[in-house]
Amino acid sequence: MSDALDRELGRLPAGDHRAADAAARRFTERALEDGLLDLAYAHVPSPLGDLLVAGTRRGLVRLSYAEDGTEKVLERLAASVSPRIMEAPARLDDSRRQLEEYFAGRRRDFEMPLDWTLTRGFGRRVLQATARIPFGGSGTYTTIAGAAGSPRAMRATGNALGANPMPIVVPCHRVLRHGGGLGGYTGGLHRKRFLLQLEGLLPAEL
Amino acid sequence: MGLPPFQRFFDEHRHAVHRFLVATAGRDEADDCFQETFIAALRAYPRLDPGSNLGGWVLTIAHRKAIDAHRARGRRATPTAEPPEHAAPAPPDGFDPALWRLVRELPPKQRAAVVLRHVADLPHREIAGVIGCSEDAARRNLHEGLSRLRKEWTR
Repeated sequence: MSDALDRELGRLPAGDHRAADAAARRFTERALEDGLLDLAYAHVPSPLGDLLVAGTRRGLVRLSYAEDGTEKVLERLAASVSPRIMEAPARLDDSRRQLEEYFAGRRRDFEMPLDWTLTRGFGRRVLQATARIPFGGSGTYTTIAGAAGSPRAMRATGNALGANPMPIVVPCHRVLRHGGGLGGYTGGLHRKRFLLQLEGLLPAEL
Repeated sequence: MGLPPFQRFFDEHRHAVHRFLVATAGRDEADDCFQETFIAALRAYPRLDPGSNLGGWVLTIAHRKAIDAHRARGRRATPTAEPPEHAAPAPPDGFDPALWRLVRELPPKQRAAVVLRHVADLPHREIAGVIGCSEDAARRNLHEGLSRLRKEWTR
């Protein structure tokens, strides 16, 4: 006698995905409006693949390439900044637009507040010195180490650049080896080459 | 391992919470209860113990929000209101409206136990956690709820 009841109760959740999705969208909007998110992220397509862009109330805090893995990057942000993180592209509209303009060749300088939370000490000084290299210009590991206050800390400088949490916007691709060699790059040398070509520092490939 | 990013927690549990709320609070109230549930969850999230049963935790919040909504509806109701049949929320598609009404008329704990068992598929131990009682009491609530439905539901 309970079979019919069981079956009928089992039908209760049928359908209604549309209502559930609409409710989810409204929730994200409200979380954003009420200022309850510590971090918002968005996916931004680019010639270098999908970029993951994340910001706090203070500004851009993380930009990562596809190989870093969305989940891994978000987990680290949850652990080191705050777990109150949601996909909310609206909050990153300005950063997304500036990145699109940059890749389209219509923007030379990024004008967005940066949140340096993920950096500290010497590493932060290295990256802040790097952030001052203008579009079309370049630095060397030596000059950056010097600008950060320790001209001989070449290896630490390389490590700090390799751990740059905001590549492209903090232009570590503009730091080259003394004598003109490309050096390394977090996102792979093909990306460094692409960015330097985009900025006119390397001749475009034929 | 720390807490998962809220977005992942949300994606993993939002469907179960929505189903639970449609079933216990009614389709008309489900959306508001859903918003209230996850706003409360988002506020409290960073203070949560990473080892917590996140699904049980958020259903507990949803259960409380559904009860709040139920009480608020009771306060709004007046003797001159429409007959209860009209005031009852629309049943989800494909579900027998008569049984739906009976589920909604169960006392809150029995209703939650029935829905958590049959909609969210939770074991007794977790049902107990959500409605805030012992495992035995959860079993009893489920049993009493089902008996009542069986007695009153005729097709």
